[in-house]
Amino acid sequence: MKLRTIISVLFLALSISSVANAQLQLNGAGATFPGVIYSKWFDEYKNATGIQFNYQAIGSGGGIKQITEGTVDFGATDGPMNDKQLAEAKSKQGTDVLHIPTVMGAVVVCYNLPGAKGLNLDGATLSDIFLGKILKWNDAAIKKLNPKLNLPDKSIVVAHRSDGSGTTFIFTDYLTKVSEGWETKVGTGTSVNWPVGLGGKGNEGVAGLVKQMEGSIGYVELAYAVKNKILYANMKNKAGKFVEATFASVSAAAEGAAKNMPADLRVSITDADGKDSYPISGFTWLLVYKNMKDEAKANALVKFLKWAMGKGQSFATELYYAPLPKAVVKMCEKNIATITANGKKIK
Amino acid sequence: MIKTESISKKKYLLKKIFSSHNIGDFIFERLTLLFAVSVFLLVLLMGYEMYEGSKLSIEKFGWSFLVNSTWDPVQEIYGALPIIYGTIVSSFLALIISLPLSIGVAIFLAEVAPPWLEKPLSFLVELLAGIPSVIYGLWGIFVLVPWIRNDVEPYLSDKLGFLPFFRGAPYGFGLLAAVLILSIMVLPIISSISRDVLKSVPHSQREAALALGATKWQSTIIVLKDAKSGILGATMLGFGRAIGETMAVTMVIGNRALISPSLFDPSYTMASVIANEFTEATSEMYLSALIQLALVLFVITIIINAFARLLVWSMSRKWKTV
Repeated sequence: MKLRTIISVLFLALSISSVANAQLQLNGAGATFPGVIYSKWFDEYKNATGIQFNYQAIGSGGGIKQITEGTVDFGATDGPMNDKQLAEAKSKQGTDVLHIPTVMGAVVVCYNLPGAKGLNLDGATLSDIFLGKILKWNDAAIKKLNPKLNLPDKSIVVAHRSDGSGTTFIFTDYLTKVSEGWETKVGTGTSVNWPVGLGGKGNEGVAGLVKQMEGSIGYVELAYAVKNKILYANMKNKAGKFVEATFASVSAAAEGAAKNMPADLRVSITDADGKDSYPISGFTWLLVYKNMKDEAKANALVKFLKWAMGKGQSFATELYYAPLPKAVVKMCEKNIATITANGKKIK
Repeated sequence: MIKTESISKKKYLLKKIFSSHNIGDFIFERLTLLFAVSVFLLVLLMGYEMYEGSKLSIEKFGWSFLVNSTWDPVQEIYGALPIIYGTIVSSFLALIISLPLSIGVAIFLAEVAPPWLEKPLSFLVELLAGIPSVIYGLWGIFVLVPWIRNDVEPYLSDKLGFLPFFRGAPYGFGLLAAVLILSIMVLPIISSISRDVLKSVPHSQREAALALGATKWQSTIIVLKDAKSGILGATMLGFGRAIGETMAVTMVIGNRALISPSLFDPSYTMASVIANEFTEATSEMYLSALIQLALVLFVITIIINAFARLLVWSMSRKWKTV
């Protein structure tokens, strides 16, 4: 009996203290691609300030849906919301939704061709391969880009993502920009109607397909390729230079795009200007309300966003994301400063 | 007048309650009835919810959803024919392969095997049913698919290449891999239920047959005839598993909405499409089309189940009249 009272008292004390700690909790949901760095951020930030973030990596589609319905405090997406979606969110929530870029990722073209290290590709050739127009590795177009490589008379097997993903969005966005044929026939999206190839689920699925089949070509996140030491191609950028995907070349792409970036930061940085820019890269965004109803939450979120733009960026490379360049951070901070709580500015 | 009537009704009800053996039985009966009805309601609710969720795409595409073969999320054109085709063909072929095998296993376990062999074997078969499908998928990617690519497909196209079913590039990933993996996954379900059904046939049947001079095999045939409806039920359960299987299939099928006679070509199934594309479906129409796909899967499952019930029913009626 005594033991039971002790336990119940303990339990009560515990629950009270946990209630006190969990006073402020911000809920978010969305993209899976930045999930790793977000959980690192939220963890670090909780240790520093005690404010708890609860992030569910349910996919960009879910993130956009939930911020539109107002069931979360913030969302996250790999592909920006379009005008129609923004208008819908505004009519439902009575306030604008802001896009805040957090980190960057890149998509690399991986391939399996023994003895062909350092393959060079350009946009037109890549899109012809994925359109099924170039069928053999020793095609004249590939040969022209790789005069030094000994390319075999082998069929090309195309591998792509079968699940909807931000990676596919960035990749198809690039192909749409560099190839008219791709734009009219396939277009940009998190899932598209692929003209050829096999679908693998997730980065690991595509990497598995490419690893198993000689003569295959696919695309995966840079982070995944680096971690798993997968061979990937150098891409020719807008300035005409072949660039290897690295965190530096990805950040360079954002820098190249920063000059004519729209104020709402909904921008694609594929095929960016700049001689060191890697052409297939993109932002991932947090979605926040411009005017929040809960003052405490608004304060916490704004503080966190400022932290993410500053100290947060230093965690990026160790987790295989590319940090935002200074110019973009400045633009983000400008937008973060416009967030209000019930119409009042946040200090 | 009304009052007295209601009182008498109440009295009657109470009397009925207490006149039945005890109140516990009454509660138990009503409770189980509630459970049974709630299953029915759940099915209705699910159907309704899916219909509501897919209204947008039903209004836009109507029946063309079922016959159109372009699935293009960018242009927002949704036609599910190749996906429906892939689902039904992969499940059906898997059943064709696994049904004779499973019934063979069941007959061996129930009729032939000595007890010391039956126990461990049954255990192993049931264990096969308990393996998570993602494990089957991984095994498929690393063992089955390379084997198919390097040995099975070259052999088939060499020997049977004149048939349209065995043509094309040997990727390994494709309909054939999905069919094989599904048949392995379905086998333990059909065989373990069929074994139970065979065992539940009264012993007197076998004894009677043997007494009349039947051989072991002839008596087994008689037992099989008795167990027919149960085996059909097991088959339907297996089909249900195959048609709804998501993970293992999507890992090996190649994931492309394509109608092709060749088993070597990639294909796609409804459950895989939904699992793959649901999370990143950003537009309303896209989401609605995916839910409509779920509705189609739901309806197909119901139709197949109803068809199987009908078959069992008509067969058991025939048996009674004989």
